[in-house]
Amino acid sequence: MSETETTPTILLPDPARLMVSNSPHIRDRQSIKKIMFTVVASLLPACLAGIWFFGIAALEVLLLCTVSCVAIEEGWNKLTKRASTWQDGSAIITGILLGMNLNAGVPWWVCILGGVLAIILGKQLYGGLGYNPFNPALVARVGLLIGLPEIMTTWNTPQAGKMVVDAVTAATPLGMAPGTETLGNLFAGNVGGCLGETSAIALLIGGVALIAFKLIKWQVPLAYIGSVFVVTGIAHLISPETTHSPVFHVLSGGLLLGAFFMATDMVTSPMTIKGSWIFGLGCGIMTSAIRLWGSYPEGVSFSILFMNALTPLIDRISISKPFGYVAPVKGDAK
Amino acid sequence: MSDKPRKFKGGVHPNDSKALSATKPIQVAPLLDKYKVIMHQNIGAPPELLVKKGDLVKKGDLLAKAGGFVSVPLHAPTSGTVSAIDKCPGPTGIGVPAIEITADGEDAWGAALEPMADWPNRAPADLKQRVWDAGIVGMGGAGFPAHVKLSPPEGKKIDTLILNGAECEPYLTADHRLMLEQAEEVVLGAAILARILGLDTAVIGVEDNKPDAIARLKEVAGKYNVTVQGLPVNYPQGAEKQLIYAITGREVPVGKLPMDVHCVVQNVASAVAVAEAVIKGWPSIERITTVTGKPVVNPGNWRLRIGTPISKALELAGGITMQPSKLLLGGPMMGIAQKSLDVTVMKNTSGILLIASDEVSLYTSEPCIRCGRCVEVCPMSILPATISQAVENKRFDWAEELNVMACIECGSCSYVCPSHRPLNQHFKRGKIEIQAQLRKKK
Repeated sequence: MSETETTPTILLPDPARLMVSNSPHIRDRQSIKKIMFTVVASLLPACLAGIWFFGIAALEVLLLCTVSCVAIEEGWNKLTKRASTWQDGSAIITGILLGMNLNAGVPWWVCILGGVLAIILGKQLYGGLGYNPFNPALVARVGLLIGLPEIMTTWNTPQAGKMVVDAVTAATPLGMAPGTETLGNLFAGNVGGCLGETSAIALLIGGVALIAFKLIKWQVPLAYIGSVFVVTGIAHLISPETTHSPVFHVLSGGLLLGAFFMATDMVTSPMTIKGSWIFGLGCGIMTSAIRLWGSYPEGVSFSILFMNALTPLIDRISISKPFGYVAPVKGDAK
Repeated sequence: MSDKPRKFKGGVHPNDSKALSATKPIQVAPLLDKYKVIMHQNIGAPPELLVKKGDLVKKGDLLAKAGGFVSVPLHAPTSGTVSAIDKCPGPTGIGVPAIEITADGEDAWGAALEPMADWPNRAPADLKQRVWDAGIVGMGGAGFPAHVKLSPPEGKKIDTLILNGAECEPYLTADHRLMLEQAEEVVLGAAILARILGLDTAVIGVEDNKPDAIARLKEVAGKYNVTVQGLPVNYPQGAEKQLIYAITGREVPVGKLPMDVHCVVQNVASAVAVAEAVIKGWPSIERITTVTGKPVVNPGNWRLRIGTPISKALELAGGITMQPSKLLLGGPMMGIAQKSLDVTVMKNTSGILLIASDEVSLYTSEPCIRCGRCVEVCPMSILPATISQAVENKRFDWAEELNVMACIECGSCSYVCPSHRPLNQHFKRGKIEIQAQLRKKK
């Protein structure tokens, strides 16, 4: 049979090895893991700034928080006989955000306690990633703030580039009299405060990267920061002596960290664009109100948690009309 | 019409992978020994069988007649003997009735339909009857009888005829090659369809990634007062509602048809089938199909008779270099996965696509992280994430309230979901359950 030998055999698919599933049959390459690790990368500039200004202590807090969040998540998974989930990166983000929301000089056990509050109370009790109504890192921060007010409102003095462990305490700029701190220091991050919230420039770099990668909706930070600027601006016009300028408000405290990295948390903020505007505005107005009239100098955490609680309602009222929507005719029921 | 097309909201941009076959001219498939013609190739009622085992048929003879108004006749793809009437694997995996024709090799036409070269003088009703007699369906994928779309009920005025040459599905190039190589027939088909509808113009919508086809169509379009509209490349640009919006700015209301906004949309391949049916008297017994995919040795575009087994089509393309993970009829976004090579080409088989294992992975569905990507890309502006949760929790009333019925199953949401949730599958299920409940109420 020389003829069959010279004819190249045509291979056909083996039907037994064909998969059958619903369309679509191709996917883009995005995954939860990729999203989470991009967020981690975007947090790095602010973390590095924190380490630069607050020394090795800041690095220790960040590492301890991250490790405890991951360990607690895995411990919980073991306890509840669930599959391991730390690889999705969400516990790492929670850990880094928690660390960024602490003073560099906090005792070690505060980091672990924060991890427990964030992962167990903030996330796992609701069913884990995707089901938590509140931002886990903020649940921990507010929990610590209420339980340990003294530790949580003491801040290290920045010692740029010295890498020393130094516990000289400073006030957060928001707690000082207006005009004491220069805007240049605020922009760079050379002020007292939580280790990850002080450097405006580093936070902006990370935030803009997240917007460029389309991982956060730009409407949230814009509405949030914009409304803080407007509300505190009006207050400043009315009484310039007793209030900070709007630029000062935008650059100080946890506003930039909150607006770019916490209020934009996908799980706990609205899904629609319209909802994102409402959410950002609500956060901004709440934050301004707490800062201007509340007993805390800082209002970002409370505001975001409050708006987290409203997210299901915002989602409900911001549903867009489908393409080709026809309003039901009244009296059509018959 | 000449102004810029409107952009619909949403959409995705998958890698189009069209380069594999876009430059391959249409080849005519050689005659096979056997064809297995699936009986029910159209949406609507199945046709009624007219032949029995042992009958001799000529090419183009009726095998089955329309089984109602929303039904089309079925014709013999070649001359020969009806050697079996039994079941063959259907595109949905269930065995379906099919007529096996053993070819006599003569490929001789029977009593064909009379050519109507003088079509501009024929009554629109006669031309429409010809479209029906030739068994023409929507060849873009839906398989909806073409004559039904050409029969708007009393009081529904049609003012725009659109030919769909968007071909927005990745990989598929059959319509592209058709528009390039048979531009005159496309335009002629448009003119005939326009005459049936009492119009004197038509628009052909083509995605801008086919500039050669657009240029070629423009060269010949003027003859019949047909315009060619380039469209932004954005999947699902070729979905009927999105196409109508792009060209006319009209939104087809949820649950309504194009004719409710005075439009009729026909696929370009259907238009060519209409031209051939009218001018040459050919019934719908063949079509251009793209046989492609990374595992295919020689991807290309072939003129295949209906009833051609997929295995034979793959042989024409030289077979495979590696075992694919999936075999699809249609494109990768909306095509149907097959598990048999014995399924045969139908009037709406636009593509036979093999997907390599590196393009499909076995995903585990993870929890929704509410990222909102699905909301952003949904061309119907519904909330895929929420609807999918409603269906998962069997809250079909809630899914209905969230307008699941508006879903066009384009798959854009599933395509972008970072949690790899089977969103499209949930919507299909939701729609089926809601329709079942409606039937129960009646």
